[in-house]
Amino acid sequence: MSVLHPTAFLRTDGCKGIRNTVAVVYLVECAHHVAREIQYHFREQDVHLLGFSGCYPNEYSHRMLIKLCTHPNVGAVLLLSLGCEGFNRRGLLGAIRESGRPAELLVIQETGGTRTTTTSGLEWVQKTLRELESSPRAPMALEELVVGTVCGGSDGTSGITANPGIGRAFDQLVGAGSTCIFEETGELIGCEQIMASRAATPELAEILIASVAKAARYYATLGHGSFAPGNADGGLTTQEEKSMGAYSKSGSSRISGLIKPGDTPRAGGLYLLDVVPDGDVRFGFPNINDNAEIVELIACGSHVILFATGRGSIVGSAISPVIKVCANPETFRNLSDDMDIDAGRILEGRGTLDDVGTEIVDLVKAVSRGKQTASEALGHQEFVLGYKSFEPINPGCHPTYQ
Amino acid sequence: MKTIQISPADNIVVLTMSLPAGVTFEIDGREHRLPVAIGLGHKLAARSIQRGEKIIKYGVSIGSATCGIEVGEHVHLHNMQSDYLPTFTLDQGREFRGIK
Repeated sequence: MSVLHPTAFLRTDGCKGIRNTVAVVYLVECAHHVAREIQYHFREQDVHLLGFSGCYPNEYSHRMLIKLCTHPNVGAVLLLSLGCEGFNRRGLLGAIRESGRPAELLVIQETGGTRTTTTSGLEWVQKTLRELESSPRAPMALEELVVGTVCGGSDGTSGITANPGIGRAFDQLVGAGSTCIFEETGELIGCEQIMASRAATPELAEILIASVAKAARYYATLGHGSFAPGNADGGLTTQEEKSMGAYSKSGSSRISGLIKPGDTPRAGGLYLLDVVPDGDVRFGFPNINDNAEIVELIACGSHVILFATGRGSIVGSAISPVIKVCANPETFRNLSDDMDIDAGRILEGRGTLDDVGTEIVDLVKAVSRGKQTASEALGHQEFVLGYKSFEPINPGCHPTYQ
Repeated sequence: MKTIQISPADNIVVLTMSLPAGVTFEIDGREHRLPVAIGLGHKLAARSIQRGEKIIKYGVSIGSATCGIEVGEHVHLHNMQSDYLPTFTLDQGREFRGIK
């Protein structure tokens, strides 16, 4: 066992976090402003804003907020409810308290409105930040680390430098016993057969192929694939070309299972996260932007996110640090403050894919021990959560459980 | 080197730097001249490709040629298409231009 972090944050369920974030969570858009007023006051102190805008209840979003509020990187949670929305606030509060984390619920309609609720929230966060200074600590091994990957703003360089560079990093991390998650089945259209050949079992191979077919059906119904105009400006011509580039983030390890948003793998290995809803096409696009995918990777337990970009995404995320791996050397020079890794240097003869892979692994370790990523330093904490519906995964999705 | 071939089976190469019009580059030892400026990450034909033939990158098909393509020609939306989903761009007249 190799120690990743000598003093990680130990949660009562045994999970270990690399950050000790206070999450300020609105449970409907109507409570967003009060939550933001509270969070903004502590924006330099690892206090993050997240929430769910909808007024109507949804099993998926409820489960997602439970998973996010009890994420290993989260130390305490303040819930903000208007009072009349459909979200099951008592259920969420109970689940967070059961996890041993300090948690409080403020219902604006019962607390005297915007001003008094904001004041109460500020006091609670102030007090809780002091309490968190004495959070239990414990050594964390590389085997306990969960890393997710996403790509956004892809161009013709993404599939040559940043994505396969992340693939090399994933190969190293999976070899060391970590859990690695790749996702977005809509961006695997065209490479499902190649991917399936890496499945741990024939049954899982079928499941992987079916998950991509589901994504293709979903996008065909909506009339729009996972392809943005900037992808074409950057030299990508077709969905399957973009897919092959995106697919290379998964590296070359055996695929141990398929999970859905909120499922945390119970053993190390490489997993595909199926982000496309099950059943009839409902609630619109599966993922309206990159952050919707990042939130789902975090809900599966990701401590750190590896984000490959060619055109130049600048986002970070609430809860887990995002490491930006820049595929395009021109973009890296243009947006250097926003980038962590210059993978595009491969195109200019300043390194190999293996060099980039090792640089990524080293940075994952440093960020796990507390080093700030570019997006953390700039205060990025994007967060998106919408409506979806999923069936639970069947046992064949996760052969390593058996 | 101005271009790379990712896989030996590929019939395209990828530009490793943005090039202005008129610049010369080599494919299989023969010199070609770029008719227009082309950005980093874009594809050029590594051999002549017939209409309907698969465009091969990473050693796999990434779509089909919609017309004949000469060696050294830019390979993009104007001469190839997806075998799965149509590609969305802002200059196809599909963008939202406001309510009249």
